[in-house]
Amino acid sequence: MELQLPGFGQWIAAFFTLFVFSFLYKDNILYRFAESVFAGVSFGYYIGLAYINTLEPNLFSPLFGDFSSNWSLLIPFAFGVLLYLRYVPKLAWISQWSLAVYIGYYIGVNLLQRLHGEILPQTKGTMLPLNVEFGQLIGNLVVIVGVITVLIYFFFSSPHRGPLKPAARTGIYFLMISFGASFGYTVMGRISLLIGRLTFLVDEWARPLVATVFGG
Amino acid sequence: MKRQIPIMLAIIASVCPVIAFFFPDRWINEWFNQRLDAWMVIIASFALLLGIVSMIQVNIHKIRRRARGWGFSIIILVTFTLMAAFGLFGGQGERADGSLYPFTWMFQFVFSPLQATMFSLLAFYVASASYRAFRVRNVEATLLLIGALIIMVGRIPLGTLIHPLVPDIAEWVMKFPNTAAQRGIIIGAALGAASMSVRVMVGIERPYMGKS
Repeated sequence: MELQLPGFGQWIAAFFTLFVFSFLYKDNILYRFAESVFAGVSFGYYIGLAYINTLEPNLFSPLFGDFSSNWSLLIPFAFGVLLYLRYVPKLAWISQWSLAVYIGYYIGVNLLQRLHGEILPQTKGTMLPLNVEFGQLIGNLVVIVGVITVLIYFFFSSPHRGPLKPAARTGIYFLMISFGASFGYTVMGRISLLIGRLTFLVDEWARPLVATVFGG
Repeated sequence: MKRQIPIMLAIIASVCPVIAFFFPDRWINEWFNQRLDAWMVIIASFALLLGIVSMIQVNIHKIRRRARGWGFSIIILVTFTLMAAFGLFGGQGERADGSLYPFTWMFQFVFSPLQATMFSLLAFYVASASYRAFRVRNVEATLLLIGALIIMVGRIPLGTLIHPLVPDIAEWVMKFPNTAAQRGIIIGAALGAASMSVRVMVGIERPYMGKS
C-alpha cells in the first residue's frame, strides 16, 4: 500500500495529541492552549448538537413548516425562553417556572423508572433458587448475602450495632471487591484510549510522514 | 405567588407521567407522555444554552479584568464561536463530493482527538493513584486490590499465561460478588431517589427554587 503524506486534519489531530501529552512533562503553554481549544470546541459542539438534533427538527422546523398543527410547541418554546429571565433581576423569579416544570416532570418519570425499572427487577433478580448444583448454589448464595449485607451497610437509620455490625462489615467487603473491579475496568479503558492515541500518532501521522519524506 | 406558582407547576408536571403510567389510554399517553417528553427535551436544550451564557460571561469578565490566563479565555471564546457557528449554519456530515462539513471536520480532527487524549492522559495518573490506593494496610484495601488485579489480569492474555483459570476467576468475580454489590448499590440508590421524588412531588423539597 502506498503511503501518502498526512492530511491537514491528521496534522492538527497529531499536534493537539502531542500538546496534551506534553502535560506529562509539566504544565505548559501548549497544554493550556490545547485545553482551552478543547473547552471552546466542546461548548460549541454541544450547542451545534442541541440545535441540529433537538431544536431544529423538534421545534423550529415543525413551527415554521406547519404552524397550525404544531402551535402547541410554543409552550416549551416559551418555557425555554423564560429561563433567560434570570438575567432580568426584577423578573428572575419567573425563570423558576421553567425549572419547576422541567424538574417536576423528570421527578415523576424518575419515580416510575426507579420503582419499575430498578427496584422491582433487581429485587426479583436477587430471589435466586437454592436447589441448584453446588457451583451455582455458591454463586447464588454470594449474590443473596451480598445484596442483603450491602443494603444493611446503606441502612443508616439505626446504628450498626449487634448483629448489624458484622453484616454491614461484610457489605463493605462486597463493595470493596466491586469498587476494585470497577477501578480495574477504568484503568483498562484509559489504557486502551492511550493505545488508540499512540496508534494514531504512529500509524496515521508519523509512519506515513517518515515514509513519504525519507522513502520506505 | 412567587412561591406558589412554581410549586403548583412542579406538582402538576410530576403527576403527568404517573397518570400516563396508570392510565395507559392512547390519548393520555400521547399528551402526558410523548408530547411532554418532546417538550422537555426542547426546554433542556434552552437550559444548555443557559450554561453557555454563563461560560461566556465568566470568560468575558476574565478578559476585561485581565485576570491570570485571560489569553486562554480568548481562545475558548473564539473556538466556541467558530464551532457553534459551524453547527448552527454549516450543516453536518459529508457533502456530496465526499468532503466533510466544517462541523464534522472539527469534531473528527479537533474535538475527538482532544477528548480521547485528555482521557488517555488519566491512564498515567490512575497508575499513581492506584499506587496510593493499593498500599495494602487493611482488609478493605486488600479486597480492592484483589478485585482490581483479578479483573485487569483476567481480561488480558497475560492472565491465561499465569494460569488458565484466571479468566474464569475474573468472570466469577464479575458475575457474583460484583453483581451483588452493584445490585445493592442500585436498589439503595433507587430507594433514595424514589423517596426524594415523592418529597419533590408533594412540595417538601423544592430544588427548582434554588433551596429546599
